[in-house]
Amino acid sequence: MDERIVVTGMGVCAPNGIGLQSFAESLENGTSGIRFQKELENLNFSCQVAGKPNIDNIKLNNYFTNVQLKDLNATGLIYGVMAGMDAWSDAGLEQYSEQPDWDSGIVFGTGILGVDKFREAIYKVDSGEVRRLGSTAVVQTMASGISAYLGGMLGCGNQVTTNSSACTTGTEALIMGYERIKSGKALRMLVGSCSDSGPYVWGGFDAMRILPRNYNATPEEASRPMSASASGFVPASGAGALVLESLSSAKMRGAKVYGEVLGGAINSGGQRNGGSLTAPNSGAVVRCIQEAINVSGIKPEEIDAINGHLTATSKDSVEIKNWSTALGRKGVDFPFVNSFKSLFGHCLAAAGSIECVGSLLQFHHQKIFGNINCDDVHPEIEKLVERSKIPMQSLNVAPKIVAKASFGFGDVNACVIFRSYTNT
Amino acid sequence: MQEELFLKLKSIVSNYLPDDVSPDSIVATSNFIEELNINSANLVDIVLDVEDAFDIMLENEDMDGMQTMADAQSIIKDKLANKG
Repeated sequence: MDERIVVTGMGVCAPNGIGLQSFAESLENGTSGIRFQKELENLNFSCQVAGKPNIDNIKLNNYFTNVQLKDLNATGLIYGVMAGMDAWSDAGLEQYSEQPDWDSGIVFGTGILGVDKFREAIYKVDSGEVRRLGSTAVVQTMASGISAYLGGMLGCGNQVTTNSSACTTGTEALIMGYERIKSGKALRMLVGSCSDSGPYVWGGFDAMRILPRNYNATPEEASRPMSASASGFVPASGAGALVLESLSSAKMRGAKVYGEVLGGAINSGGQRNGGSLTAPNSGAVVRCIQEAINVSGIKPEEIDAINGHLTATSKDSVEIKNWSTALGRKGVDFPFVNSFKSLFGHCLAAAGSIECVGSLLQFHHQKIFGNINCDDVHPEIEKLVERSKIPMQSLNVAPKIVAKASFGFGDVNACVIFRSYTNT
Repeated sequence: MQEELFLKLKSIVSNYLPDDVSPDSIVATSNFIEELNINSANLVDIVLDVEDAFDIMLENEDMDGMQTMADAQSIIKDKLANKG
């Protein structure tokens, strides 16, 4: 039961980089993946910028069979399969085994899958043509379509499932996979999450008036976490995936290790004490962070860097306050803090997994990746965090322990603690 | 006519072959699932493509009886004949 759990493979399909190398370069250099979207302008969106992975030059045949590619109209599924298969091969695991691998499972989450496919289906059903839906309307639109596709491609014989907890999804998936290995029920878990692109996913947020409206001409400046001028999150999409593995299994295979998962916590604020369907109960957030620290067996002062949820709404200062309370640290003593959302927006259900991949890459590259668009740090944040702790450029500082949290609609929270791997 | 129908059907069916099955292996008597290794779920897609290609409509019963290339050809021929 005291098995240590490490990350042995990663894959990513992000708006500012597909594949680990391109993604890491973008994070290191502060390269934004947020672009003006003509489609959103045509549809009268207030926010016409978004972060969308550019898969135009990707050979999808490397991931899907010809039959699977036929009538494929589910972007989240494409991103998820790309990230998931890339993570698997990055871990050096076999893809074409004859028999199921009973020791390998999948927790791959999403918020809603195959929205464009579902739209096709709705039009056909409404015009009385249900018989013409074809065979893939179900598998491309069921939430668990992503874990089902990956499960078949990789031949996983352990638990294969999809979780869904809004913007917490990806980080929650990681913790769920971690717990399954920890409890001895699996040796390896592919964890991750994906989120569709497009107006049908993003429209509801535009309608809530929580997306930035004033950056349609300057898309790369639109996402401004921790800034005084933050005016909403930039909608985005993509997928991230990680292979979690027991250390003994990783050692036996001679696998490379990106980092160790020390522990994590998941909770909900119960939509009480200030929490609601759309706002977090700060007490629950603090509790979640503290629990993650406790189960990881570390002290709050050991945390070198935080990768926040920090979406670029007015709530960012509340999040920072919660971190400060949970860790009992402030000012120059506050850990380095970054939000990758400044570079690619809020990937919704995919956010947690993409950002976990980015957090772990910091160990590998011995850097703390910088933020953009927060030269004007929010005054409430500046009261708690010394400016040097909010890097505007990537720092040549090798972190040992990184805390990552994600929070989601429904007042749900997840926090995970990563440590750089040392073979001791 | 017979040859033309076969080739048209073959090109539809070849879209649903697993990547490791060559279209050359499609012959007049091939069983879709057992011999060509086509996923049973894709039979409905083949039916829809056949409807579009031949401008006919296949009933659920037609689909049930369509296990081989030969079945499909005979069903299509009947439908075309009835269309007048």
